Amino acid sequence: MLILKTLTRAPLHGYGIALSIKRLSDDVLTVEEGSLYPALQRLLVQGWVKAEWKMTETNRRARFYTLTAAGRKQLGNELAEFDQMIAAIGRVLRSVEA
Amino acid sequence: MLNGLAKRMELLFRRKRFVAELDEEMKFHREQMERDLLATGMTLEEARLAAGREFGNATRLKEQSHEAVGFGFETVAQDLKFALRQLRKNPGFTATAVLILALGMGASVAIFAFVDAALIKPLPYPNPTRLMDVTESLALFPRGNLSYADYVDWKRMNSSFSSLDVYNQVGFGLQTPSGMEPAHGERVSAGFFRTLGVRPALGRDFHDGEDTVGAAPVVLLSYGTWQRRFGGRSDIVGQSVNLSGIAHTVIGVLPEGFQFAFRGNGEFWEALQPTRECEKRRSCHDLNGVGRLKDGVTPEMALANMKDIAHQLELQYPDSNRGQGASVMPLSAAIVGDIKPILLVLLGGACLLLMISCVNVASLMLVRSESRRREIAVRGALGASRIRLARQFATEGTALAVAGCVAGVGIAGAGIQFLLRLISKDMLVGMPFLDGLGLNLHVALFACVLAILAALLASATPIVQLRKSTLRDGLTEGGRGSAGTLWRRIGANLVVIELATAMVLLAGAALLGKSLYRLLHENLGFDPEHLATVSVELPDGLFPTDEKVVAFQRDLVEKARELPGVESAGVTNVLPVSCNCDTDWVRFVGKPYNGIHNEVNERETSATLMSTLGARLKSGRFFTDADNAKSPKVVLINDAFARKYFPGEDPVGKKYGDTDLKPSSIREVVGVIENMKDAGLDQDQWPAEYEPFNQEPDSYFFLVVRTKQDPAAILPTLTSLAHGVSPNAGVDEPATFSQLIADSNAAYLHRTAAYLMGGFAALALVLGVVGLYGVIAYSVSQRTREIGVRMALGAQKGSVYKLVMGEAGRLIGIGVVVGTAGSVGAAMLMGKLLYGVQAWDAETLAGVAVVLGVSAMLASFIPARRAASVNPTEALRAE
Repeated sequence: MLILKTLTRAPLHGYGIALSIKRLSDDVLTVEEGSLYPALQRLLVQGWVKAEWKMTETNRRARFYTLTAAGRKQLGNELAEFDQMIAAIGRVLRSVEA
Repeated sequence: MLNGLAKRMELLFRRKRFVAELDEEMKFHREQMERDLLATGMTLEEARLAAGREFGNATRLKEQSHEAVGFGFETVAQDLKFALRQLRKNPGFTATAVLILALGMGASVAIFAFVDAALIKPLPYPNPTRLMDVTESLALFPRGNLSYADYVDWKRMNSSFSSLDVYNQVGFGLQTPSGMEPAHGERVSAGFFRTLGVRPALGRDFHDGEDTVGAAPVVLLSYGTWQRRFGGRSDIVGQSVNLSGIAHTVIGVLPEGFQFAFRGNGEFWEALQPTRECEKRRSCHDLNGVGRLKDGVTPEMALANMKDIAHQLELQYPDSNRGQGASVMPLSAAIVGDIKPILLVLLGGACLLLMISCVNVASLMLVRSESRRREIAVRGALGASRIRLARQFATEGTALAVAGCVAGVGIAGAGIQFLLRLISKDMLVGMPFLDGLGLNLHVALFACVLAILAALLASATPIVQLRKSTLRDGLTEGGRGSAGTLWRRIGANLVVIELATAMVLLAGAALLGKSLYRLLHENLGFDPEHLATVSVELPDGLFPTDEKVVAFQRDLVEKARELPGVESAGVTNVLPVSCNCDTDWVRFVGKPYNGIHNEVNERETSATLMSTLGARLKSGRFFTDADNAKSPKVVLINDAFARKYFPGEDPVGKKYGDTDLKPSSIREVVGVIENMKDAGLDQDQWPAEYEPFNQEPDSYFFLVVRTKQDPAAILPTLTSLAHGVSPNAGVDEPATFSQLIADSNAAYLHRTAAYLMGGFAALALVLGVVGLYGVIAYSVSQRTREIGVRMALGAQKGSVYKLVMGEAGRLIGIGVVVGTAGSVGAAMLMGKLLYGVQAWDAETLAGVAVVLGVSAMLASFIPARRAASVNPTEALRAE
């Protein structure tokens, strides 16, 4: 879900995705960065992202991932589910406090 | 979903590129991280290490990426490739494991093929489960014969069968250009083939009414007879064949695959017309019945129905039918009755052997996985997940099991042929269900199930071990603490199972062996050595009167005595060691009679038969030639007869007759002989009466001669001798008596059971002992250092022996105790296969325990010696 979200703004390469997750979460979410790649492959196979080789600003070849329409839809679904769950958890926690 | 599949397919074919791209991508990622870290002021070295740390285990990640896009079978193929390479690298291990599995599987699959053919495969008729074997029953004969009059009543009165038919056999003399040839004939009631659901391949079936007295004699040919004797000519239908002097019209030919287990060798099938003397009396039973159940009728209902009818007939005809019950059982059960227990016992034995094999292979796998702990630890460190490692073991186990199964099926194929050859031709005739026995679908399925079980067992043990041991331990140098102990525990349990199973098989084999010995050394009451015999059949049409039969018999015996090397000769209508059959009901003159049937074996013997057989006279006299049709009727009885019916009296001079005491049936007892085995070897001794052949001649009898030299040499002479006396006599079944006994059903069944079980047990012993050796040897090699330390501290060789042998002794002890309990249980299941020996025969069990214990101790002595000769300095330095 996080990967899909980072790709909504612009196509990114793997390192860029990792950086952006790190930055956006204020360094709270720093997973083993390499585990990004198996996840990316899964998204590719699902057809939620597509990949193409492009040049970076430093003029190096890198694989850039773009969100597909299906990926956008999936992200929407997941976000909705996530919101529902957070809301549910919130309700439970509040009811306990009260 | 489809989209994903297409992507995967695409990636499958571009696998190399995928790998390269992934590599490049990951490298790029790490380089970017390094660059950023450098920018924060780290040294190059520090940055690289930090980047690597944060990135994680690249190999495992790549593998996970692969899995994400790959198909399941790809990793399986990888595992398989690796497994095969592993197995090839250890040819000794592989060959041993495959051979052990193949032996176990081969034995089980071969025996199963027989079980399938005899017990599982349906009879070759439409709706075979609705076919019932229907007969009368007696206390002594649970499955007796039907009398014709009873059959007619049963057929008329029953409400259970849509059709009920009868059959029995007849010996025909067939006129051929080379003289009279004996031919097996069957007599069947007209509806017999319709009941079975068999239609002639050529011509027509019997019409109703062709089985009544006076109808024109008609006959159906078996397919083989049509081909062999009549050249398969299609114009055979309508022609006439001369059977025992009576012209029969051929109305048809039975289909090629037709079989009827009880009468497998019937050549000529004639419509049964109740013309025999026996079939005119309600008290004479010479038929077997077969019926087809009506829809919705169960065998139990049919049995109750027939019992009811039998009871009515008992009340209606008390003279002839007292005590005559009914028996109804599935035809298939009646056919395989004899061999079912032996097959099941053998299948059990083979499965136990298979179990030992699997356990043995499992412990081999365990030893190997133990020695591969380092390798596994390294693979784990390099990123192999635990599941993946477990799968590797499973793949190896499966590869072994499959190889073992393939080899096992090969062994089974050979085993089946071998076993078939063990069965005598005469017995095969009675077991047509064994025709075309081989590796069919059922057997293949069974083999597959076995392979799956073996694979599970072979892979489960190392996986269990993998779960328990920690990978890090494997990497440490001296790490033989916990895992070694664990292995010893699993391994020890496996060995106990092996030893106990081996003990069960050994005990089973020993008990069967003892039964066989008892059986073959049974006191027969006569001397079977140097006896030769042929059967003689005199066609009724050509020997119409008793005088002619008696005259033929007299000439034959006289001529036989004149043969060189022959000491004496005689005839009997039923040979000893055959069956409790051809019985007679007797009633005693001057004793109260309550109508109970006093059933005794009845034999017609010539004057010289008893002395020829070597039977021993207890009191009175044997017959002489003077006991003939004109003299008063006399009889010899056996000891069992005397004890049962003349307790505390001298039977000689006493008189008895048939149940009505008809004057013509009264005969006087002139002598008592020691019990002679009339029945099969494993059957009970019955009271028996022996009547002079001259007074009760029979057109079918056996010539028995006692020779000075090898009796087999005289057999051809006997056949030509009988033909010399009359070219019209059918002569068959030449055999020596020792051969007859060795080939008899009882001897055959017990021998097969004992030999096969013996073979299984021998294999089991070897496997069990080798398994024990493996455990002890491995345990010693693991404890070399410990033993070295002990010896360096002053332990004597003796105490090292004690240490190792103590461990072995404990395992053997447990194995033997568990095995003994199992043996008694298993032997109780063998039931009727045990003869003259109890399931808990202490002598046998003790003997088997000693054999197993001693060989197991010997096997563990080898590693114990190695342990005791450990050089402490070397053992410690080696670490």
